[in-house]
Formats: sequence, structure tokens, C-alpha cells
Amino acid sequence: MNVEKVFVVGGGATKIGEHWDKSLRTLFVEAALEAVKDGGIELSDVEAVYVGNMSSGELQGQEHLGSLMATWLGIPGVAAAKIEAACASGSAAFHQAYLAVASGVYDCVLVGGVEKMTDAVVHDVTAALVMADDAEYTAFTGASFVGLNAIVYRYYMEKYGVKQEDIALFSVHDHKYAVDNPHAQFRFTVTLEKVLSSPLVADPIRLLECSPIGDGAAALVLCTEKFIKEKGLNVAVEVAASTAATDTISLADREDLTTLTATVKAAKKAYRTAKIEPKDIDVMEIHDAFTILGVIHLEDLGFAKKGEGWKLVKEGEIEKDAKIPTNLSGGLKARGHPVGATGVYQIYEIYQQLMGKAPNQVDGAEIGLAQSVGGVGGTVVINILRRVR
Amino acid sequence: MGLSASSVPRVWRERVVKYRLLGSKCIKCGKTTYPPRKVCPYCGSTELEEVSLPKKGRVLSYTVIRAPPKSYLKYSPYVVALVELEDGTRVLAQLTDIEPNEVKSGMVVEAVFRRYREQGEDGIIEYGIKFRPPIK
Amino acid sequence: MKPSRTTGILGYGAYIPIYRIKGEEIARVWGRNRATVPVQEKSVPGLDEDSLTFAVEAAKNALDRAGIKPEEIEAVYVGSESPPYAVKPTATVVAEALGITPRLIAIDMEFACRAGTTAMQSVMGLVASGMIKYGLAIGTDTAQGRPQDELEYTAAAGAAAFIIAPHSSENVAYIEGSYSYVTDTTDFWRRDGEFYPRHAYRFTGEPAYFHHVYNAALGLMEELGLKSSDFDYAVFHQPNVKFPHRIAKRLGFLPEKIKDGLLSNVIGNTYAASSMIGLAAVLDVAKPGERILVVSFGSGAGSDAFSIVVQDAIEEKRLLAPLVRDYVNRRKYIDYAVYARFRNKIKHR
Repeated sequence: MNVEKVFVVGGGATKIGEHWDKSLRTLFVEAALEAVKDGGIELSDVEAVYVGNMSSGELQGQEHLGSLMATWLGIPGVAAAKIEAACASGSAAFHQAYLAVASGVYDCVLVGGVEKMTDAVVHDVTAALVMADDAEYTAFTGASFVGLNAIVYRYYMEKYGVKQEDIALFSVHDHKYAVDNPHAQFRFTVTLEKVLSSPLVADPIRLLECSPIGDGAAALVLCTEKFIKEKGLNVAVEVAASTAATDTISLADREDLTTLTATVKAAKKAYRTAKIEPKDIDVMEIHDAFTILGVIHLEDLGFAKKGEGWKLVKEGEIEKDAKIPTNLSGGLKARGHPVGATGVYQIYEIYQQLMGKAPNQVDGAEIGLAQSVGGVGGTVVINILRRVR
Repeated sequence: MGLSASSVPRVWRERVVKYRLLGSKCIKCGKTTYPPRKVCPYCGSTELEEVSLPKKGRVLSYTVIRAPPKSYLKYSPYVVALVELEDGTRVLAQLTDIEPNEVKSGMVVEAVFRRYREQGEDGIIEYGIKFRPPIK
Repeated sequence: MKPSRTTGILGYGAYIPIYRIKGEEIARVWGRNRATVPVQEKSVPGLDEDSLTFAVEAAKNALDRAGIKPEEIEAVYVGSESPPYAVKPTATVVAEALGITPRLIAIDMEFACRAGTTAMQSVMGLVASGMIKYGLAIGTDTAQGRPQDELEYTAAAGAAAFIIAPHSSENVAYIEGSYSYVTDTTDFWRRDGEFYPRHAYRFTGEPAYFHHVYNAALGLMEELGLKSSDFDYAVFHQPNVKFPHRIAKRLGFLPEKIKDGLLSNVIGNTYAASSMIGLAAVLDVAKPGERILVVSFGSGAGSDAFSIVVQDAIEEKRLLAPLVRDYVNRRKYIDYAVYARFRNKIKHR
């Protein structure tokens, strides 16, 4: 395959939270400017802008984010588009940016993910989020997105005889690490007891097992080797693999409710492209929108057998100093999940780890993996970054 | 910002499939899907025939929706289940005539015609199939 | 009013929702003496039900018993005073849901609690004339009871459906004849835009219910040359328990003749479905050769009387769908607060 090497040269992000005073555009610009500065480039170097976002139309009445952000960045004229893949929009946008640079057509590309969820009331957000599944045959039943994951959760527990308290630990893990992440929405710990006694949202999923609703934006700058040389930039991180796969959009069409085959497919391709095995990964950010997903992803990424992913959490294997440091940003649960932006946050956090600049830094991290999911596994995008030099 | 813009044609277009629980059966691999498709999601064949799906099945898994999306607020809480029909077809649907604490994975259920939602106070009513414990 | 060709009932079905509220619970809320409630309990529709969803299930049960393909039905007549839309027919949705469309005569009809039996007569006419072979007549209601009013204790919900066919041995019963007695008598009414109907209290008794039921029954028996002793069962419109007992006595029917078709004490007054569910309940137990009198009553006012004779096919066909008692025995009690929620009596705006 004749592709250009793609390097991440800079990143930026806003804190995630209820930003009453910030809009879609101001959030995006904030993150983008920080990324550009961090990368040591000029805005005028940017040739294309990709904006990852899920619900700007439904919740903000705004489409055409590519043009909007290019305008607000003061660079109208560049190629730009909004990329949408439900909660994987950010990583799908990154994948698009990667392809743009890897193809050699663009030398320098800006990608950002942004989501503004808190202007709407919760039941409107709930309606917007379930658009990640089939409107006519899933959303029509009144299922919420939490409910769809709850169906998987219950099925998983019954199939493998796993207790909820062992799965709910994922939330405790996330909160522990978010304390030191300045961008995180929630910077406090929670006990397992608190998680298990929080109100039911969609049985059996409890409130403290669900990622929160929040606003945020994260951005990254991607460039070719040629561009880096021309500008004399100091670059340390390469995109070793960027892969994407889909599964059936709805659970009803799946053979196995407890496996996200899109993760399995995207991961396989990613490992092959990056020429690594799971055990070579030093740090991960995985898409635990709900505790059950965190457990399932660990299995689908190849770290545990089906039905045993929860053991890794319980036995401390995903802690910072353990075998598979995971979600040291606080994950979706505690760092937050402004849906279309999350995918970019994850890659940004891996980028920080490989640059030695992360809160909860893993010593000598060289290879990092970010796994991002749209819908209940309808889309999975995996990005593997590698330290170079 | 209209949420999921109200639409009469959209409801009309889907009504027969939703009222009668119609699916498609792949002539090549024999698998069925709900709703009917143009392409078999299992083997990729485009030779599919419309079938009336079995009206009885069992609950594979379920949840209780306590934080509903907007148009379903007045029905909260309600049960949404993944039902496996007698021919193996899987359908996502609400369960009705049952309390959340009475639902068990594996229980047998039968299809019934019920109201799902309205497009506002003065808009049209959307009907479809739900499942309940068998009458006899 | 006998058609020139005899018609019969090929299939029948009923539907009663699962929820019940006890009369004594309603009495508790309004501070009324529990001993005076007119029925023990009444049926209440669930949040996702309406007279249309009832009609679909009752009709499906009728189809299952009839054993014909839905496309063979050429008429769907739905009688109700509580359709989900003020303008937009229920009949079309029933027809679409059951696969009867598009070749059919479809209409919604209204005449209070008699709308379903008038639908039956209309369909009988279509079948007897040869215009159609099979027709479906449905009576269905989710009656609204004005809070604190007498009728709140009985305004209930249910449906019954009958497939009318030309006389044949396939039918579960044949209809010997019918008779209708109608006058302009305003005992119960609802003006456009009003949520609850109004009634004229004691005027709804003798001048309304009794006068019309009595004269329809008498008129039918006279025309057919029958006496009350020729009937094995009598089913009357059942707004409560007292009225059917009183009219039965007046017409010369002993209590055991009305008991199988009298369900108001346990399901309330299902309005357009009332006498029809009673008929279905009798068909669930009657033996071939037995004769049933059915007299409905709809406020406004009018009564339809039918003489129906059971045929051999009943024994086999009755088991092909749930019996009325299967629905009656399927019950969940709710209190007044939940009842008020279910019946939209709580203001949201």
C-alpha cells in the first residue's frame, strides 16, 4: 500500500462540562487554536478541516459544520466537511483526516470533534442519541440508547454468569483517574457502593454506570513527513494504523449480543497494519459509554476471553502500572462523552501519553490505542499511535 | 429545531410492516429478518420473499426504560425487549400488560397491536406490535 | 327485520383489557357508601390501548375462529362512541392491520352502546343481499366516566367482533332475524368539544333503557312467532347489574337464562361492546340448537334485538381463540390514582 506516513503534530481540548456560555463554534475554535499552537503551525498551513459531530442538527439546528468552523477559524477557502458516525463521529473524522494526509493530497489537516448537548433538556437529548440506531424499528419502540446497552448488559450477565458489581467496577476505575485530568467533567472518586445504589436509568444500568451529558471539543493537527521537514517541526508521534468497521446497526440483527464484531474487525486490521499484537500496546483509551461496554471492549480487542473481560478490571490489570493501562483520562464515564468529540479526545489523550505529557502518565509509553464506538457497535474506529524518533 | 420531524408519509409507508409484523425470508440461505429487506444481511443475496412472521416468541433480554426519549414520556416506565420469534427472527419491541418486575428472560410472549406514540397532542397516532404474556 | 336470505356468525371474538378498578375504590375517593356501588369492578384500558387496538384484537379472534383468509372479508363496520380520532376512521386501521385491505366497504358508526349491534345488522344486510360474502361487525369502546358521577363506576372498556356469513354449516350460529326500535330520546349525550358525556339520571331508566329494550324484544318475538320460553339464553345491554335483571324479569326470563351473558359486575359497562361481549360469552358455553336472545340499547335511543340459534360448528370453533372468561380472569387491580393517570384525568397543561 503506497501511503504517506501521517504524523500527529499538535493537539488541544476544552474541559468537558456544562458550558452554558460556550457554543458549538466557540468550543471548536478554542480546541483548534490550542492544537495549532501546540503543533507550532499557522492556521494558514491548514488545507482541510474535518469536524466530527453527531447531533448539531437535532439539538442546535445547525448543519454544514465544515464551512461554519472554517469561517470561524478565519480560514474559509479550505476543504471542509462534517463527518458523522454517531458517537464515533470524532474518530471517524480523524480517520477521514488520516486518509486525507495518507493519500498525499493534503499535507496538513486539522481535525476536531465537538458536541453541544446541554442546551437541550434531557428527554430531547435522549431522543437525539437514539438516532444512533434504526429510527423506524429501534427508536420507534421507545428504546433509549441506555436501554439498548442495558439489553446487552443483562444478556451478558445471564450468558456468562457475571455479577453486576463486577462490571460496575469500570466506573470506579474511570473516576479514580479522572481526578488528575484537568479536562475531565467529573474529578471525584466514586465507590462501588455509590455506583450500585445510584438510580436505575434503564434496568439494569444505573446512573453512575452511564457516561454523562456534556459539552466539549478536542482537536488534532495531522501532517505529512514532507510538511514536517519543510517547517522544521519537532515530531514524535505517528499514526501507526487507522481502521474502521461497521456491524449491523441494530442488536436484532446480531448473531452474538455480547460481541461487537466491528471492534474485532477494526482491531484485527489495525494490529496487522501497525504490525503489533495486543500485548505490545502500552496504553489505551476505550469507549466505555456504559460499564458493560468497557468490559466487552477488553474482550473484543483481544485482552480477555469472552465473558472474562471484567476480570481484568477486578484484578487491577488495567491500572496505570499494570499490564494494560486503560482509560487513564477517566474514560467516557468520568472524563466525559460529548458524543461527537469523544473520539478525538481519546486520540488526543493517547497523543499526550506518547509525548510524555499526560496526567496519569504511563512510563515510556510507545504504542497507544484509541477505540471509539458509534451506536451499539454499529461503527468502530480504531487508531493506533506510535512514538517515533 | 423539530425533533424527529413529524411526518404522515413516513408512518404510512411503514404501516403494513409494523401492523402485521412482516419480514423477509432469504430464498438462498433461509434466514429471516424484520423488517423486510432488499438484501439479505447474512448472505448478501437479493432474492428475498416477504413473509408474515410468527406471532409468538420468547424474551432474549430486556430493559426497563425509566428516562424515555421525548415522545414516550407519558408511558414511562415501560419495558423494551429483544424477542426471538418462533422462527428465530429477532425483533425489538415493547412488552405490555406486564409489570417490569414480572419480566424474565426466556419468558414466552405473543404479539399484540398497540399504540406506540403520538405526533404531539394534535398529530397522528402511530401503532405497532408489542408483546405480552399469552392469554391462554 | 329479517333478510330474505338467512345469515349466520362464522367467527366471533372479544377483547377486555387487563386492568380493573373496584367500585369500592372509586367510592373511597368520593366518600360514597361502598355498599351502594352498581358493579363490583370495571375494566380500564392500559396507556397503550384505545378502542381501535381493542377492535383489532377482537377482530383477530373472530378471524381465527372463522378460519377464512382476511382478504375474503369485504366489509369492516366499527361501532364506537370513543374512537381515537374524532375524524379518521378506525375501520381502515383494523382492515390494514388484519390484511383485509384494499377491497372492502369500511365505515365507523356511532349510536352510543348500540353502534356495534347496528353494525351487525348493516353487515347482515350486505351479506344477505349477496353484495358481499363475509363481513366484520365490531363494537368497541373506552368509555370516559365523569369523575364523581354515577357512571364513573361503570364506564368501562372492551370490544367484540362478529364475522357475518351466508347461512352454512360452517357457521357457529345463524341469525333468525333482528328487530330495531328507535325513537328520539335524549337520555345520554355528549356535545362536541366536551370531554365527558352527560346523562339525564333517572330518565335513562324507564323512558330510555327499559322502553326500547322491552319493545325491541317484544317486536322481535312477535315477528318471529317466538315466546321467551323458546330462548335458552338472553343477553341484554348491561349498563349495570340491576337493569338487565329487571328487564329479564319483565320479559319472562329467569335469572339463570341471563347469567352466562351478564358480565357487567366484573367488567362494567363496555358500551358498544356490552351486549356483544355478553353474546360472545354465551357462545363460549352454549350447545348446538340452543336459542339466544340479544338486545342492545344505545342512548339517543334505540335497541337492536336478535334471535340467534347455535350450530354444531360452535364446539370446535370456540376453542380457536381466547374465551371471554380468559379475558375476564386476566386482571390486575389499580387504584384511583393510577386509574386517573390511565384515563387522562390528570391535567398536564
